[in-house]
Amino acid sequence: MPISRRDFLKYTSIAAAGTAVSFSDAELFSHLFAITPESNEDVRYIPTYCEVCFWNCGAVAAVVDGKVKKLEGNPYDPRSRGKLCARGNAGIGELYDDDRLKHPMIRTGARGDGKYREASWDEALNYTAEKMIKIKNEYGPESVAFMMHGGITTHLMNLGKAFGSPNFGFPSYGQCRAARMVAYDLTYGADVGSPERVDMANSRVIVFFGTHLGENMHNSQVQDFTEALGNRAKIIVVDPRFSTAAGKADHWLPIRPGADMALMLAWINIIISEGLYDSEYVNKYTTGFDELKESVKEYTPEWASKETDLPADIIVETARELGRYAPSVCIHPGRFTAWHGNDTQRERCIAILGAILGTWGRKGGIYLASKAPLSGVAGMSYPVPSKVSIAKGPHHFAQPQLMQAVRRTTITADPYPIKGWVVAGTNILRAVPNPVKSIEAIMKLDLLVAIDIRPLDTAMMADVILPECTYLERHDSLKIDRGVSLSVGIRQPVVEPLYKSKAGWWICKELGNRLGVGEYFPYETYEGHIKKECSAMGIDYDELTRVGTKFYPGSDNPYITNENQPVFKTPSGKIELYSSQLAAQGFDPIPKYNRIEQPEKGWFRLLSGRSPVHSFSRTANNQKLFELFEENVLWLNARIASSMGIMDGQNIILVNSDNVRSEIIKAKVTQRIRNDCVYMVHGFGAKSRLLSRARGRGADDSRLMTRFVSDPISGSTGMRVNFVRIEKA
Amino acid sequence: MSKYVMVIDQRRCIGCMACIVACKAENDVPEEHFRTRVIQEVEGQFPKLRMELRSELCNHCDNPPCVYNCPTGASYKDKETGMVLLKKNRCVGCKACIASCPYDARYIDPRHGYADKCTFCSHRVAKGKEPACVQTCIGRSRIFGDIEDPESEVSVLLREHHFEVLKPAAGTEPKVYYINRILKG
Ligand code: SF4
Ligand code: SF4
Ligand code: SF4
Repeated sequence: MPISRRDFLKYTSIAAAGTAVSFSDAELFSHLFAITPESNEDVRYIPTYCEVCFWNCGAVAAVVDGKVKKLEGNPYDPRSRGKLCARGNAGIGELYDDDRLKHPMIRTGARGDGKYREASWDEALNYTAEKMIKIKNEYGPESVAFMMHGGITTHLMNLGKAFGSPNFGFPSYGQCRAARMVAYDLTYGADVGSPERVDMANSRVIVFFGTHLGENMHNSQVQDFTEALGNRAKIIVVDPRFSTAAGKADHWLPIRPGADMALMLAWINIIISEGLYDSEYVNKYTTGFDELKESVKEYTPEWASKETDLPADIIVETARELGRYAPSVCIHPGRFTAWHGNDTQRERCIAILGAILGTWGRKGGIYLASKAPLSGVAGMSYPVPSKVSIAKGPHHFAQPQLMQAVRRTTITADPYPIKGWVVAGTNILRAVPNPVKSIEAIMKLDLLVAIDIRPLDTAMMADVILPECTYLERHDSLKIDRGVSLSVGIRQPVVEPLYKSKAGWWICKELGNRLGVGEYFPYETYEGHIKKECSAMGIDYDELTRVGTKFYPGSDNPYITNENQPVFKTPSGKIELYSSQLAAQGFDPIPKYNRIEQPEKGWFRLLSGRSPVHSFSRTANNQKLFELFEENVLWLNARIASSMGIMDGQNIILVNSDNVRSEIIKAKVTQRIRNDCVYMVHGFGAKSRLLSRARGRGADDSRLMTRFVSDPISGSTGMRVNFVRIEKA
Repeated sequence: MSKYVMVIDQRRCIGCMACIVACKAENDVPEEHFRTRVIQEVEGQFPKLRMELRSELCNHCDNPPCVYNCPTGASYKDKETGMVLLKKNRCVGCKACIASCPYDARYIDPRHGYADKCTFCSHRVAKGKEPACVQTCIGRSRIFGDIEDPESEVSVLLREHHFEVLKPAAGTEPKVYYINRILKG
């Protein structure tokens, strides 16, 4: 009965042959559902793509008489392959959450005290636009900054640029991807993509550094990982915590937090000195090998053993395993790469390891992005901002997207004031460390606008709240997936928006009209815009709306062959083991090890991560997920716990080095973590009184992160530098 | 005649809980009740640890105590499919089945007062579809099929692998099989 895989192949081979897909709706999706309609009931199966998290899996909604009954993965979509994760399966819980924001609101009390009155859309938008124009007139358009995440990004970027601001903040950049993107760009002249182009399904060895895939639920990648488990790939998990992935590993290396580079540099040294590297590949595609060889000589297994707290023989054994199975080795570059402030160099080590093992463009390593050309509607030309963006901070290699830099400038007004924030689809008070600083910044603003679906804590600080509808109720930009193949997916409403909520595109367009930049929204509906784009891309729009995701025939070329040679857009045109660009800016051109501070006795390093059933802080209130994971708990080493007299399930409070106290959290006394660190799942401790389930549950990790170290290269915000002690509650 | 079984390949389960949510959405399972769960067990002492992930659900036993102990005949073993099912309108909510099930597989639906549990998604199977949990299983850890058909994936898997059932000593002859070890031979 494994229908989906076979159909998937059937479908893709038809697409590859260039023939139009001729399945009817019923044939396409009805096999996923067993819905027996009562007489007269209207049953429809509508494809779209998910946004309970950012993975954007192709999904299909079964809609019975205007109500969503069930969601399934779209078998023709590369990110879901017919399977939704727990969150995707719980999408209905987002749509039908009674706590959703239902109508626009304007603040009546003091900022942060949660007093609002209902407003009409017209009034709320006029109010917003007036305040934005006032800031523009007094300080210039760059004094309004735009913060965002998710489907609304395209629309809000369009609005921000049209308005004339160069200031954008993406928590997902500085708090997650920046270090990785910069490191791969410096090394290979390209990022590894998002989703990362890891060919895990074909890997013989997979290495995770703190990447707890499975808990970190990235659908297609988790499917690939379990595929690798089924193929009995060797799994090496380097993590101070025995994660689910570690539970699947052949080698769990419970490393001392912050010593990852010591292990990687020792691995590089062993692989080079034992001749385990791919010399042909290295000669042909890389530059700086001799410098690398010289530079890593000092990093012996014995030295690394002291730094990492791992046995030297295991370090040697694992290095040899990497060499033995190269190039079918995947060292996962990770997400949430913002750890200790040396993150770009740590990611450089991963990139360099991959390079000497010859993994880029090789089966089981990192596959090459589809090169298929894709035309589209010509982009807008925006006014050139008169002032330079502050969102890079002082970080030469960063993209101007650092939320941290926006916050800092908002507080200091240096080099110029930031007076307005438009925040959409991201809960700044949780997503950025040290919410006290965020509140300090917010208090300096003349205007805080929140566009959100739920009354999350940040929204409840806003002067005006604009309720967006969920992904099941709106159009958004096309999903262009340059995975192994090139594909295009559509998000389309499966039901009408509930309450008075509105689509992000509509909110931005209406605001645009009121700000006098309506010409940047040259469409009546976003559907109209997508239709135009489709025709420019040569896609049959009607077919796309029926199928959900469309593959481009013959667009895959994942591996290096004689005909398919990789292009490295670095200054040398090669993989830069030695980075001339880093050297030019005064950074180590080859990563060097620097020891980071370790906690004193009685103190623990605070680590945080993910639950497979939650996305950041945004799903904590979803009944279908809440009942599986109501609140976070604090993982604490069992031996330490017993020495402190702390029992499993006991209420405790964490106090950090700046004397900030956490909310009450329950202890999870476990063998699964080292004794010098503690761990919790991110995203809990909500304060908003409008979140009936999430409110007051568990502890907020970001609150304890009063310290962070900005990586000097990428500006990535290292958040694992906070120490906490434990008090009984 | 068929005999439907589920094979759980524990090596491939990643503990993502997609199966649990899909099951609830498919079968309108009431809040705070579940037809399936994923148990995570860890043994050993730091740093020598071993983890087991184990999906549990009704075993659709061949020798089902819940059926024998049901005083009204509401619980029954379907002869066509081998599934243990429930005639809701006959159930009086006496909880005899709950007490007799060694696997804690049943709950009382608080909205209607009758007992309920995993049905192997019989309504889906009747239409030739996979159970909801199987369809969504991220790890392809849950495999469903007819063991009477020697060509079915479940038959092949059970032929090629060592498997176990839960609480064999209870004598219930479960139809949910667990694969946890590598290939025979
Ligand atoms: S697992 Fe329990 S409920 Fe299911 S058939 Fe066996 S005894 Fe009955
Ligand atoms: S077979 Fe159906 S009822 Fe049983 S656990 Fe799976 S989804 Fe739930
Ligand atoms: S969906 Fe599959 S992989 Fe995920 S927890 Fe359930 S059985 Fe395990």
